Parts: sequence; C-alpha cells; structure tokens
Amino acid sequence: MSQAVAYKTEDDSTNMEVLVFTLATEEYAVDILKVQEIRGYSGVTRIANVPDFVKGVTNLRGEIVPIVDLRLKFDLGNATYDEHTVVIVLNIGERIMGVVVDGVSDVLSLTPDQIKAAPDFGSGLSTEYLQGLGSIDERMLILVDIEKMMTSREMALVEQATA
Amino acid sequence: MDISDLYQTFFDEADELLDDMERLLINLDIAAPDDEDLNAIFRAAHSIKGGAGTFGFAYLQDTTHLLENLLDRARHHELTLDRDMVDVFLQTRDLLKAQVACHREQDTPDEAAYERICATLRQLAAQDAAPQVQGSAAEPAQPLAEGTRVLEITICSVAAGEHDVLVEELGLFGDIVARESSADRLTVHLRSDESEANIESVLCFVVDADQLSIVAVTDQGAGTALEPTPVPAGEAASASGNEPAAARSDKRTAATETSSLRVSTEKVDRIINLVGELVITQSMLEQTTAGLDPELAARLAEGMSQLQRNARDLQEAVMSVRMTPMDYVFSRFPRLVRDLSSKLGKQVELETLGASTELDKGLIERIMDPLTHLVRNSLDHGIETPEAREAAGKPRTGTLTLAARHQGGNILIEIRDDGAGLNRERLLAKARQNGLPVSDAMSDDEVWQLIFAPGFSTAAAVTDVSGRGVGMDVVKRNIQQLGGHVDLACEPGAGTTVRIVLPLTLAIMDSMSVRVGAEVFIMPLGAIMESMQVKSEQVKPVAGGGRVIHVRGEYLALVELHRVFDVPNAETDLARGIVMVVQSEGRPFALFVDELIGQHQVVVKNLETHYRKVPGVSAATILGDGSVALILDVLALSRLSRQRQKTETRVDTPSVNLEQEIVS
Repeated sequence: MSQAVAYKTEDDSTNMEVLVFTLATEEYAVDILKVQEIRGYSGVTRIANVPDFVKGVTNLRGEIVPIVDLRLKFDLGNATYDEHTVVIVLNIGERIMGVVVDGVSDVLSLTPDQIKAAPDFGSGLSTEYLQGLGSIDERMLILVDIEKMMTSREMALVEQATA
Repeated sequence: MDISDLYQTFFDEADELLDDMERLLINLDIAAPDDEDLNAIFRAAHSIKGGAGTFGFAYLQDTTHLLENLLDRARHHELTLDRDMVDVFLQTRDLLKAQVACHREQDTPDEAAYERICATLRQLAAQDAAPQVQGSAAEPAQPLAEGTRVLEITICSVAAGEHDVLVEELGLFGDIVARESSADRLTVHLRSDESEANIESVLCFVVDADQLSIVAVTDQGAGTALEPTPVPAGEAASASGNEPAAARSDKRTAATETSSLRVSTEKVDRIINLVGELVITQSMLEQTTAGLDPELAARLAEGMSQLQRNARDLQEAVMSVRMTPMDYVFSRFPRLVRDLSSKLGKQVELETLGASTELDKGLIERIMDPLTHLVRNSLDHGIETPEAREAAGKPRTGTLTLAARHQGGNILIEIRDDGAGLNRERLLAKARQNGLPVSDAMSDDEVWQLIFAPGFSTAAAVTDVSGRGVGMDVVKRNIQQLGGHVDLACEPGAGTTVRIVLPLTLAIMDSMSVRVGAEVFIMPLGAIMESMQVKSEQVKPVAGGGRVIHVRGEYLALVELHRVFDVPNAETDLARGIVMVVQSEGRPFALFVDELIGQHQVVVKNLETHYRKVPGVSAATILGDGSVALILDVLALSRLSRQRQKTETRVDTPSVNLEQEIVS
C-alpha cells in the first residue's frame, strides 16, 4: 500500500496523502506515509505506573509495540474497547507504535491550497503538534504532526522524553 | 568482485592473522620453540606481506618483510629466540595491527613508529651473527632473475581489467615468461623459485582457491603450449611432485572454509525474530490441537510433537549464532598482563575460568573496555611488587583471576586479585575531600563502593597505567548502560574482587510464570530460591510500613507484586497466595504473588525497541497465546518496593540511600 502511495505522491509531489480518523466528532488526519497498518484492538498487556492513556504493549508479529489511546489522551470520544475498536499502527522513525482512535474514515489527497495554518486551540491538542487544517468541501481536517506528537515528552513513549 | 570487497577481505584476514600471531607468540616456549608454531607465525607474516604488496601498502609490506626475515631465520634455527626478541615481535605485531587499521580508514600510518620498529628489527637482524640467507622464500619483493623451473598459473573467472594487476603482482615472484588473456581467464608462465603454496597464499587475497591453479611445467617452450583447461589446485600441486606443499595448501583451504562466514547482525536478528514467531505459532497450534479427540487426531498430534522439537532445535541453533564465548574477551588479557607486569616490575600470573561461557556478541564487544580498565587497575594498584609481597608473607608472584559463569538469566564476570586490597582510611579521607557524605561508622562494604563515585582516585602515585578509581565511575556507567551492574568486595591485605553482572539481553531464558490478579508475569528462574505458603504468624510488621517474613531464622523483606504494579483484584491475604524467596544480587527478599503457573523457556524481547524502559521490568516476552508478558527485574523490584514505602511513610535511612546509590 505504502508503495502505491509513494508512487502517487511522486507523480504529483505537491499533494499530501492523508489518513483520516475520528475522535468524538472531530476529524483528524495524519501523513499516510507514517501509517503502517490498521488493526483491531486485542491482546494488550497493561503496564504499571504509566499515564492512563498508555494502554500497554502488544505483540505485533514479534515486535513489542506500545499502544496509546488518543481518546484518553485528549479526553475525547468514548474509551470503550470491543471488536470495532480501531488501532492505527504508525511507523515513527525506527519505532512502531499503535494509537487507538474512534474510527478510520478515508484516505484523501490534499493540495497545498487546501491546507491552512492552524489557529490556537484552547484545549486538547497543542498547536505545537499541528501541521495545519485541511479543508475539503465542507469538511475540516485537523492535520496532526504525528511524529512530533508521539515522540514528545508529554507522551512519555520514548526514553529521552522522560529524562 | 568489487575492489573495495577485496580490500575488506584483506583487512579482515590480516586482522585474523595478526591475532593468531599474537596468540602464538605469547604461548611460544622460548627455550624450546615448537617448529609448527614458528612456521605458523612465519606464514602469518608472509601472507600479510603478500597481500600488502598486492594492494600497495608500502609501510605494511616493508615492516612485515623485516619481521618475516627474522622469523624465517628463527624457524630454520639460525636465530636463537629470547624474551626481548619476542617482545620486539609483539611490538611489531601491534604496529602492523595499527597500520592495517590505518589503511582500513584510508589513513597514512604513523611514520615515526614505523621507522622505530624497522630500526629495531634491523638491529636485531644485525646483532645475530648467524649467517643470513638472503633471497629465500622471504624475498619476493626483489624479483629473482634466475628461476629453476616454470610454473603455469591459471586464474579463471576474473575480469579482463584485473589481468594487468595480477600479472604485475605475479611478476614480483619471478620472471613472466608468457602470458595469455581471454575474457575471463588469465594464464601466466612464471619462472620462479617460489613454492606453489606461497604464490597461492598471496593470490588468495585476490581470488578464491578454486579459481586458481598452479602447475609446474617443463622448462623450455613454455611460451607456446598453453593448456587452457584449469586444473584444480590440489591436483596441480601433487602433479608437480611437491607433496608437502599440497598438503599445506589443502589444510589452508580447509581452514579458511570453516573459519568464518561474515553476516551482519541485523540479518541474524531478523532470523532470530522470525524463529521466535515460528515457535509462538507452533505453541498456538499445539493449544488448538490439544482440544481434539486424541484418537482421531493421532497423526496430527504426532506431527505436532515433531514440529515442536524441530522448532525448538531451530531456535536454539539460531540463538547460538549470536552467542560468542567469553574467550573472545579473555584472550586479549595474557598480552596485556604480560606487558603491564613487566613494565611495572611485578610478577603476575593470569588465570581465566569459564572462558567457554557464552555471551551475546553485542555485549561481548561492549564489555571489553570496562574489563580492560579493571584488569589494569588490579595490576597497577592491586597486586604488590614481589618485594612487598614477600614482606607480607605472600608468594612473590601475584595471581589475577578472570572468571565468567552463568547465574540465572545473567552472566557473572569476576576480576579477582590477591593484592593489597583497598585502604579504608584513604578512601574515607578522599571521600571527605570530595565532599561526599561519609562517616566513620560506615561498614567496610559501604566504604568500598565509594570508589565508584565520580572523580575518585586513591592512588598514592598516579602512574601512566591507571589511577585506581579514576574512571571507575565510567566503568560503572558503561556496565549500567548494558543493563548490568558492578560491585566490589575487598579484604585488606588479601585482595580485591570486582563483580560484574550482565543480563543476557538476547537469550532464551528459563523462567517461571506467575499470576497476579488477571495478569501474568515472568520471573527469571535463576532468581527463585524457593516458593512456599506462609502462615500469618510468620509475617511481622516493621517500622516504616513494611513487613518481613520469618523463614528459618531469617527475616526477609516482603515485596507484594500487586502493590508494586497496582494490579487490580489480586490476592491480598498472604496465607492464600504464594511467597517466593528471590535473590539476584544483594539480599534475598520475599515476593508475594497469587499463584505459580509453570516453568518454561521464554524469548527475551527488548521493550526499549519501540517503547522505553519500564521500572521493575527488565524485558518482555510473548506467551503461547500470542500475548505479551513482562519479565520482572528482580533487583529493581525490591528497590521499587522500598521507594513506594518511602514515599508512603517518609522514612529515610542512610543505609537504604547508599545502597540505592550503588545499584541504581
């Protein structure tokens, strides 16, 4: 999949391919090149003494991968876990990590003029982690710099962030 | 073949040869040297010289040339070896090693060192009055004008572009009589006294043995009758009637074939990972088939058990690829001890134990420096001079022991000397000077650990070898980075022991799985001394909110796993769960869990690859059902538990503080 996408973006390098997911009523988008796969939520082993949004670690084909619930992190949506719960598996640098979201809806291509600078939000997601706002027709997508966010100190997923 | 590959092969082989040379030189019985050893040392120097010539490394070639001349005379008993001479040989070997390293980095080797060694070697050669036979096998750098026979050398599967280089190289051995090139084959007639084996060993840096054939042909008319059919090297040599050479070249080929296969560690790790997956899939299948009717599924069950055996064997075999014996590290020390002890005027005997203990390759490489540092320290400050030892009623020769052994999921490395030990008063004085919080009431053991504090040196005289304590903090930090820890035990007047405990990060670990609430944890089996059910009268409260358990006259601190990890719905009644007596380093303690599930081998997986270090957990593993279980870090558990108690009750004792300082 990622290869096909890479091919497409090469074809039209100014466009940005994004994966759209929902948290509560809001639509978010991440660079699709950072997405490895989408899977269900199962077999997560709890880790003690960590923030509640870190759900634990799971076995992804032999790799021990942390799972973070963005719904808990941003206090959005309904943090229940069933067969419909979706985990987006991300490739951040050399690392693999999973994020739990309410749902995954689309893969979209955004042209540069569809991406606007993000205003300062009052709560939830810090502007620091935003790449901008995407608008397609009447929809507004919140573009997240997922790499910056996942490796940030407040997520406490990476060693140096906790030092 | 890419030219850079050729260079690489030469460097790798040269390194191996130099290491062999060092080992042989150190083990050489100077009074009655073994001919076979002398020959082997000579051959190593000779092969390196040949390769160096091929690639145009002049320094390397000249140095080996001088060394080789001396060695050649030594092996022909024209030169009497003594200890000083062997020392010079060893220094030369070090210089060669440095030169190879320089060339590898595409640097120019140190000219001053080169001049010095060459001068020493020339002096040695001149000193000895023995008749010097020039122009023997040791002299291919000077072309021989008069050969007695003609060799037909055929090299196949080489690109036409390399032919000129090869011919030029062969020209160093003698006169090129004739030459014929085709697309992928080069045939050269060479008039030379050089033995086939020598030519072959030089060419082996460039081509594989099976690409090469060397045949002696009749003296005249060689230029016309070129035989295009390649003859296998072994056959060719025996055809020439030179049996010993044939035997030698065969041996050489066999040795290079079996010695090594260079594979990147990533490739190995990937295989290890995949095999781990296979084992997990296999146990998942096993669980599924276990529920079937045994009569109907008899053949399936048979197949399953076979699969299990094969998968386990495969896993073990793959794991062993990454494991390297400690010998790889220990073999460096005879030289170091030899050099240092003579420099310091001390007599030291080195003893190594458990050299076959295997450790992960990655760890082996990184343990080298800390160990070297510790050995230097022991030699410089631990072991006394022969006079001082005699005065203290000890044998003149001190003993330094390096020992390695497995201990549970860890490897334990000890550096032991029977020297003077540490000086309590001096350590305390130094600590005060450095502004460390110390008191005269501290136990000896606590005082010894001060040596690991940064910038701590108690050496009365700072030598160029080491200052005891300088860098001990670095040693400690390095070992901690590997996930291990280090401590020091000492008996004044009788010696010092430094103990390094390292985890086997990439290993299959024998373990016990335990249940707490609904969660499963993995306990290293080696850390469990016993498991028992306790009666409530065995449990006693102590000041500070903790509890101890009275087991056979000993009081053990109690650590409740469900408290440390906040596990919901866990058993809290001590009488209804299981208490394990565990110990990794330091004092044993009691660990309370709900129940023991069973004993098995687990594949240790690093948590930090995609996540980070978790307090109280050393790694993770994947269970038979595909879920992840955390492997407990026994040492950290007792610490965590103490910290919790401390934050809960604000009781702070200095001894706990210090111990944390040491282990954390």
